[in-house]
Amino acid sequence: MVEQVEVLTGNAAAAYGVKLSRAQVIAAYPITPQTTLVERIAEFIAKGELKAEYIKVESEHSALAACIGASLGGARAFTATSAQGLLLMQEMLFWAGYGRTPVVMAVVTRAIAPPWNMWSEHTDALAQRDTGWIQIFCHNNQEVLDTIIQAYKISEDKRVMLPVMVCFDGFEISHTAENVLVPEQSDVDSFLPPYNNDLIDVEKPKLLWNGVYPEDAFKFRFIFYEAAQRSLSVVEEVHYDFYSRFGRRYGAIEIYGECEPKVFLVAMGSVASSAKAAVDVLNREGYPVGLIRIRLFRPFPTFELQRAVEGAEALVILDRSLSFTRGILSTEVAGALYNAKWRPKIFEYIVGLGGAVVSHKSLVEAVKHLLARVDEKPKGVVWLKSEG
Amino acid sequence: MVDQKVKLFDYTAYSLPAEGSAGLTGSWRAKRPIIIEVKCTKCNLCWLYCPEGTIIRKKGEVPQIDLTYCKGCGVCANECPSKAIVMEDETKWLNK
Amino acid sequence: MVTINELTDDEFLLKGNSACAGCGATMAIRWVLKILGKDTVLVMPAGCVSVFQGMFPASAFGVPVVDSSFGAQSSFAAGLIAAYKIKGRRLKVVTLAGDGGTADIGLHAVSAAAERGDDVLYICYDNEAYMNTGVQRSSLTPYGAKTGTDPKGKLEWKKNLPLIMAAHNVTYVATASVGYPFDLMRKVKKAASLSGFRYIHILTPCPPGWGFSENLTAELGRLAVRCGIFPLFEVEGGKLTLHKVGSRIPVRKYLELQKRFEDLTEDQIQYIQKRVDEDLRYLEIIEKVTSEVKRDG
Repeated sequence: MVEQVEVLTGNAAAAYGVKLSRAQVIAAYPITPQTTLVERIAEFIAKGELKAEYIKVESEHSALAACIGASLGGARAFTATSAQGLLLMQEMLFWAGYGRTPVVMAVVTRAIAPPWNMWSEHTDALAQRDTGWIQIFCHNNQEVLDTIIQAYKISEDKRVMLPVMVCFDGFEISHTAENVLVPEQSDVDSFLPPYNNDLIDVEKPKLLWNGVYPEDAFKFRFIFYEAAQRSLSVVEEVHYDFYSRFGRRYGAIEIYGECEPKVFLVAMGSVASSAKAAVDVLNREGYPVGLIRIRLFRPFPTFELQRAVEGAEALVILDRSLSFTRGILSTEVAGALYNAKWRPKIFEYIVGLGGAVVSHKSLVEAVKHLLARVDEKPKGVVWLKSEG
Repeated sequence: MVDQKVKLFDYTAYSLPAEGSAGLTGSWRAKRPIIIEVKCTKCNLCWLYCPEGTIIRKKGEVPQIDLTYCKGCGVCANECPSKAIVMEDETKWLNK
Repeated sequence: MVTINELTDDEFLLKGNSACAGCGATMAIRWVLKILGKDTVLVMPAGCVSVFQGMFPASAFGVPVVDSSFGAQSSFAAGLIAAYKIKGRRLKVVTLAGDGGTADIGLHAVSAAAERGDDVLYICYDNEAYMNTGVQRSSLTPYGAKTGTDPKGKLEWKKNLPLIMAAHNVTYVATASVGYPFDLMRKVKKAASLSGFRYIHILTPCPPGWGFSENLTAELGRLAVRCGIFPLFEVEGGKLTLHKVGSRIPVRKYLELQKRFEDLTEDQIQYIQKRVDEDLRYLEIIEKVTSEVKRDG
């Protein structure tokens, strides 16, 4: 196995992931900061490096609708979007989720309007947590490429058959170049076999998705629920399989820091990248702080999180989203720990909304400030001012 | 045709072809079409126009109306070029 | 040309479904499927057809059907067709939607499909309102018609959707009526023999929605054409061909049979007659002008 090192932006890395996954139908609509992702895919197709149909749709709603149609016809489908586009296709998000069509979508996170804002925030992706999609948050370009490939394997697993959203921060990840190891096509082929599931049969015709009475509908929802439950262990299996072939280890969460932390930062995406740098500084200065990076948001890794926080005094949740008066990540973490044997204190911080910079310096300061009063009761949501 | 009492709960919801998906729609009728055989020219236009597809055509014979599903709309009677179909009040057969 | 004897006995819209007695849409769809056959895949959004297709576990269709959300049908179909295309196969897809699903909520997706030249046959069954939800006006509801959302009668003229589709320069556009089944089936057969985006707009009178006795569905389909309010035409290779049937009758003869027009004033009826005459003249002009069009495809 020989992997080439390329200098790729997050968007380019995603495009490579799509190419290596041999996606067959692409349907996407341009929106900043996703645009260069789909342009790179169009280039691959034009050069003959990817054999796929690229449907030029007129809106994001149609983009996902076309992917769903393609998936029904037995093709591997891909789309990508951000903020407004993601919101516009929300009807279709539920359709893919409840309809159990294994589509993979890259969400290049972006702040939702109004007012207009192209920089990153996680609310757009997190606001879709009810749609039945598996959601994975990446924090560097290598992870983006690897996760796209893993996403197809997870979603097409017969025990799952659920769509997967691969999320990464707009500009901070999508437009920032890093060294990325690009796997060989043949290695990816043996990891990810072709998709084979055509629901169209003229000899034994099916009518998909007609009306269902309540008692039957309840049963179908339960079937969905069982698949959603199973998806957690399938994600773990795929992570392990990927590690055994490509040597890169991923988990539902990632624990970072070189000590037995008293306090854990909890973050996702590029906020977690800044948090890692902050933890490095803090550890060097002797502070017992670690980071729990949430990579798998849906299904939420409740038990892993519960195990990870055992013994910790406090969690500092760095939430780059807002649901009315509280961060969405905070709500999920609090909910996951409610029935845990060990429940650390939770300090909730809103950071980086609207794309505001979350520098590791500001995090270091905030954590030191907090550690001075970590024995106090949390006083509700704190907004971390952005510097620069 | 699918047995409607047998439900297939697959990973995604789908249904299979079945006649009578709305039940015995013949019970909807207020009027019943009767073909007057002597007037029928076997043109089969009634078979063509029936919205329900519940008229059975047989080569060289007068068509037969499947009353299990005929909703009694009367389009066949209106379209018959020989006026060979009359719509009779369904109550005539109520007590039978 | 289509003759009655060449039509199959096979039924692909199965009897005993929940469509209203005398439903124009069922008449049209039954004929369409007899021409197209069992290897047709239907993609349909919410509408009358997506209700009378049946409730789980029964389907009133003997062909594969994909239910799409309201308005997204053309995009679902585009994906389906692309999936087969990338595997080197051609799937015979028919997108079947009502006037609301095509002209209003679905227009952006339908227009995109036409502009891309998707290899699909699009059939719009026009019952001139949102009938499934109980008769609310759509952009294809005719002037003066009473609906739940226009209880005093619609004030806007019916949007000319077939001409809008023709302006996309697609392979084939045609209008048809359930009053003329052989003409309708000829057009379906023709469209099936072509490739690219093909559009057939069928007038399907609705007994409860229009307020007429359910035995007159085909009759009204004929009167609509004869009085000029729903002209039959085809557009192919840039040329428009009008198809006149018999002698013209006054619009009044058509309007007076429907309760939805019962509150029209004499002035309104005359206005309708005038507009219908003008629109017909407009089509005649287009026919004359486009007869000189030379296009290879």
